[in-house]
Amino acid sequence: MAMHKLIISGFGGQGVMMMGQMIAYAGMMEDKHVTWLPAYGPEMRGGTANCSVIVSDKPISSPIISKANAVVAMNYPSLLKFEPLVIPGGLLFANTSLFEETHFRKDLVIVSVKANDIAVEIKNDKVSNMVMLGAVLSGTSVVSRESLYKVMEKVFVGAKAKLIPLNKLALEAGFEIGRVACAENFNNSDF
Amino acid sequence: MNEKVLMKGNEAFAEAAIRYDCKYYFGYPITPQNEIPEYMSRELSKADGVFVQAESELAAVNMAYGASAAGGRVMISSSSPGFALMQEGMSFLCSVEAPCVIINVSRGGPGIGTILPGQADYYQATRGGGNGDYHLIVLAPASIQESITLIGKAFELSDQYRNPVLILVDGMIGQMMEPVILPDYHSGKQIDKPWALTGTKGIRPPNTIKSVYLKAEELEAWNWHLLEKYRKIIDCEVSYETRNLEDAEIVFVAYGTTSRIIREAMEILEADHIRSGLIRPISLWPYPYQSFDEMSSSTKAVLVVELSQGQMIDDVKIGVNGRFPVSYVGRFGGTVISPEEVASEAKRILGVV
Repeated sequence: MAMHKLIISGFGGQGVMMMGQMIAYAGMMEDKHVTWLPAYGPEMRGGTANCSVIVSDKPISSPIISKANAVVAMNYPSLLKFEPLVIPGGLLFANTSLFEETHFRKDLVIVSVKANDIAVEIKNDKVSNMVMLGAVLSGTSVVSRESLYKVMEKVFVGAKAKLIPLNKLALEAGFEIGRVACAENFNNSDF
Repeated sequence: MNEKVLMKGNEAFAEAAIRYDCKYYFGYPITPQNEIPEYMSRELSKADGVFVQAESELAAVNMAYGASAAGGRVMISSSSPGFALMQEGMSFLCSVEAPCVIINVSRGGPGIGTILPGQADYYQATRGGGNGDYHLIVLAPASIQESITLIGKAFELSDQYRNPVLILVDGMIGQMMEPVILPDYHSGKQIDKPWALTGTKGIRPPNTIKSVYLKAEELEAWNWHLLEKYRKIIDCEVSYETRNLEDAEIVFVAYGTTSRIIREAMEILEADHIRSGLIRPISLWPYPYQSFDEMSSSTKAVLVVELSQGQMIDDVKIGVNGRFPVSYVGRFGGTVISPEEVASEAKRILGVV
């Protein structure tokens, strides 16, 4: 696809801004056009935190996303707010560690990721965003895993460099979930 | 050429200023531009510059006045209600011909406003919120890369014309991240400032920088001097971009953030086989009135799109000069118009459903 429009949402502290920035950074490394736009309004304090990321082969006009190819909902309020913005047939990445998968739209490809549970299994709840990011990469192919690893090496420097293996592990776990979920959807006759 | 880096707008503005040899920054915190003073507080001293957090916007602009009078390369920044507090200073800077670069990362207004993007400071920027006959040179970039370029140009114009230059952006450009290529360090062109208050050292007559002319004839003569300068700026410093004017049925006029939304609206219209064009003023003062002479006879209507109740439309009407019907569509108060809304308004005007 020539243009990926992603909204990544959750609550403050889940690392949703970081996820978006890493995708944008990786897109830039792949010589693509990218924009990253945070929701910096009063909603950051208490409600949902979110950012819009566009990665494109051609120059990007507006960084604002009114129709998204994919939405990441790391918590339930974010799901309510952003699920309606996904285009029919688009992708919804749902952090089903934090809410039940019951009422999703029927015209979307749902990638259910128990991001917090998997992160806890890897022994650090803080990497739930990297688990989800892995699923987003395999589900959307927005940027390659290799580019994302290069970004990790740029972002986790100095004392933080020791966090790279843990983050890679989390990303790999999510990547596999996304791959399986999308393969299943591909084989499903509804799509 | 330098490597591409991913930067937030506000941080890129600050880094660009440093690389164009800004040596003095005075600021007072206000969202959505706080990353500028934050960045300057951390980085400007490393480049042998001086950062001062002022006690108010009024103090910041007057510190800028002082540093500029002494020949320093100065930048200040604020956001709508904060910039409103600096208007007295704008009038004084213009009055004494003190160079200064100002960034207004504007909000939705009026009053305290919202920290979300707005373009409701157009009148304030182009007509002036201070007293007396004066003009700021006003530049309105539409991307972070263009902001960097225009900040460099702003320092140059400011020194060349001895006039403050305002960079008018909004919260969207200030807060977003885009890949940018930064200029080298020491990219700022410098000119001599023989007028500056640098001390006579006993070898030259004292310089004077003053705003007070008690005799009306003296003040009128000074005003004539300023007017000639403003006329020269109008003749030489207009800048704008146009797209598809040659066969457009409808021509949009928009600056900054809104012009990017228009480009997406144009794609929607193109898919529906409607030809649309764009005039994007880059200099808001001096305004590119002459750009409207490039419109073709295939055009049926002009649509001004602003994140305000409709302010720039006045200048568009002057430029169009009755040749085409001009209308306005916009959102305000921090909401941003969507490409779909723009496209459907264009279709309504053209009578296409």
